[in-house]
Amino acid sequence: MGYSKDQLLVRLKELQIDFSQYEHPVVLTVEAQAKYVGNMGGALSKNLFLKDKKNRYYIVSALGDTKVDLKVLSQRLGLGKGGLRMAPEETLVEILQVPLGCVTPFAVVNESARHVSLLLDQGFRTHERCFFHPLSNDMSISLDACGLDNFLKSIGRDPSYVDLEANPPVGKDQPPDLAAYVPSVSTVLPDLPEKAPSSQNSIGNHVSAAINSAAVTAKVVKPAGNVQNVKEKSVNGVRPLFPAADVGKFVEQLLDRASALLLSEISEDSIKQHGGQLGAEVANNIKKCLREDLKNLATIFKNTAYTEGFYTGTHYQPKRL
Amino acid sequence: MEKKEGYLQEEEQVVNPWEVSAKDGGKIDYDKLIDKFGCQRLDQSFVDRVQRLTSRPPHVFLRRGVFFAHRDLNEILDAYERGDKFYLYTGRGPSSEALHLGHLIPFMFTKYLQDAFKVPLVIQLTDDEKCMWKNLSVEESQRLARENAKDIIACGFDISKTFIFSDFDYVGGAFYKNMVKVAKCVTYNKVVGIFGFTGEDHIGKVSFPPVQAVPSFPSSFPHLFSGKDDLRCLIPCAIDQDPYFRMTRDVAPRIGYHKPALIESLFFPALQGETGKMSASDPNSAIYVTDSAKDIKNKVNKHAFTGGQESIEKHRQYGANLEVDIPIKYLNFFLEDDAELEHIKKEYGAGRMLTGEVKKRLIEVLTELVERHRRARAAVTDEMVDAFMAVRPLPNMFD
Repeated sequence: MGYSKDQLLVRLKELQIDFSQYEHPVVLTVEAQAKYVGNMGGALSKNLFLKDKKNRYYIVSALGDTKVDLKVLSQRLGLGKGGLRMAPEETLVEILQVPLGCVTPFAVVNESARHVSLLLDQGFRTHERCFFHPLSNDMSISLDACGLDNFLKSIGRDPSYVDLEANPPVGKDQPPDLAAYVPSVSTVLPDLPEKAPSSQNSIGNHVSAAINSAAVTAKVVKPAGNVQNVKEKSVNGVRPLFPAADVGKFVEQLLDRASALLLSEISEDSIKQHGGQLGAEVANNIKKCLREDLKNLATIFKNTAYTEGFYTGTHYQPKRL
Repeated sequence: MEKKEGYLQEEEQVVNPWEVSAKDGGKIDYDKLIDKFGCQRLDQSFVDRVQRLTSRPPHVFLRRGVFFAHRDLNEILDAYERGDKFYLYTGRGPSSEALHLGHLIPFMFTKYLQDAFKVPLVIQLTDDEKCMWKNLSVEESQRLARENAKDIIACGFDISKTFIFSDFDYVGGAFYKNMVKVAKCVTYNKVVGIFGFTGEDHIGKVSFPPVQAVPSFPSSFPHLFSGKDDLRCLIPCAIDQDPYFRMTRDVAPRIGYHKPALIESLFFPALQGETGKMSASDPNSAIYVTDSAKDIKNKVNKHAFTGGQESIEKHRQYGANLEVDIPIKYLNFFLEDDAELEHIKKEYGAGRMLTGEVKKRLIEVLTELVERHRRARAAVTDEMVDAFMAVRPLPNMFD
């Protein structure tokens, strides 16, 4: 499973974020939640988990009495008039890893939700404290917008607030004002039909006679770490945030390239032509043709490893003095 | 596109950062352009010198005259020979999500320069410019900047030697101080003369040129080049960007900086021919990095303007007109093997090779290129973009 309520609370304390917690029986609606914490001096939030036609997901977190019009939001995001709908229940568990009735901005702490866009009601800023579920609906915690911001920043999210009730015109000369909130990557779940990435299909048919073409293999070469589809369900729920610089995969790619070229170089004709010298000839050609290609692969690998280090370096917790 | 009354002389060709059009719908006259702009031709001696200095074969764009003009490249090479390195500066105006092959050309060449000379690189994404000129929202232009950054990274830049920045993120501090220094040296009349602004243009446009000028000065990047005020800058770009850097070179000595050097490229022709315009609204005018193999095949077969004759008999007799043939021009850019290209030109020009064969070869070359790009692009994550764009030291940038 993803982050637990307890892990979240510990994290909030570590970040020295001020919050109050209230336990209560499991609640599935804002009305039910109001019965227990409605008078505790904080504004209640309603949280919607939405999906568009291209499998992109959004959490809209608003004050209880903010009017949220899905049609207007859809247009403001640039998704057209009916582009947004409530996400199916299974996706709540799969992507946000929270139970039903528990959508909360804190759900973005989970790696599975890394491509879920978060829209926060600017109304949160005007209240001293607001209530959210801490990944479980048997508790509500109240904190101020600053606290929420600090938490979001700590997980690499940019907290930004939106006037959810605004209804600006969207047209040829007025681009959708919330277009920046549309995730750049869609989240595809294993049981949903998906389009296979075209890069894996289109190279198969180009058998070029030219020596320079190193893409000539019947084997499909996998891209170095394709994050586009959140396909694998990992066993313990803790997935890497992004593809690790995988040495094994990298070496396989290099070997694939080299062996493909080798196969194309050694033929009846070339054996006849070069005889005993074939080895030297092939070695020479391989160096000439593969140099750039392998350098490119190595650069991708280097950049990926550097990024891993950079991310880790910017997220590590300094030693306590 | 902007009409520049005071700037446009009706009979002449127009080449500036926002408009490129040839005289009478003909071809761009590059000799006239070099003359008018006052830059130098890049001749074979330069190409040879680069080969000597870098101990590797010169890039195909140099061999084929794609990068054909320069300013002060000899000074950069002289300094390099003495052991004084330089840094590279190039950029992109992120106006659309879809990049086509023409957009990639300066980046492909810059990557080669980075590898060959082992020097650092700064890449500017002028999201503010596009916000102003294309009337995009701030958020949209920032989003496009990030998306374009991914395609740029896919060209294979070394993250330990490359800093990518967007104007909206980075302008401020030392960068802004240089902007003011530059702005103080350029009168309103001068900027109108160079860029053709009119009284109707908003002040954002008028005050933009310093933003594109100051990355030429190492002090704009204190986190990278602190203490290296003497470091020279080389700018690979398409020749339509020359006006910005003419202005910059004029100002540089007045504020105590080296003039940046430039190495400039031809324009990449549209599929429909030199006289056609590559336009984002016509997907058939260019090959996009998101095109599938099928798209590429289709576009080349159906839309590429050729110099072949109308009938096979005529073609065998007269040969193809290589001057206007787009597949040949594209192969000139992208077919690495000099010998093969010569062979194709000879056979096609003599009429022995047919247009179909040339197109087939082009399709192979382009498909491989686009495929390689797409694979590299798939490996670029948001975290990688963040890392490239982080204001961080690059301790190994000259290694």
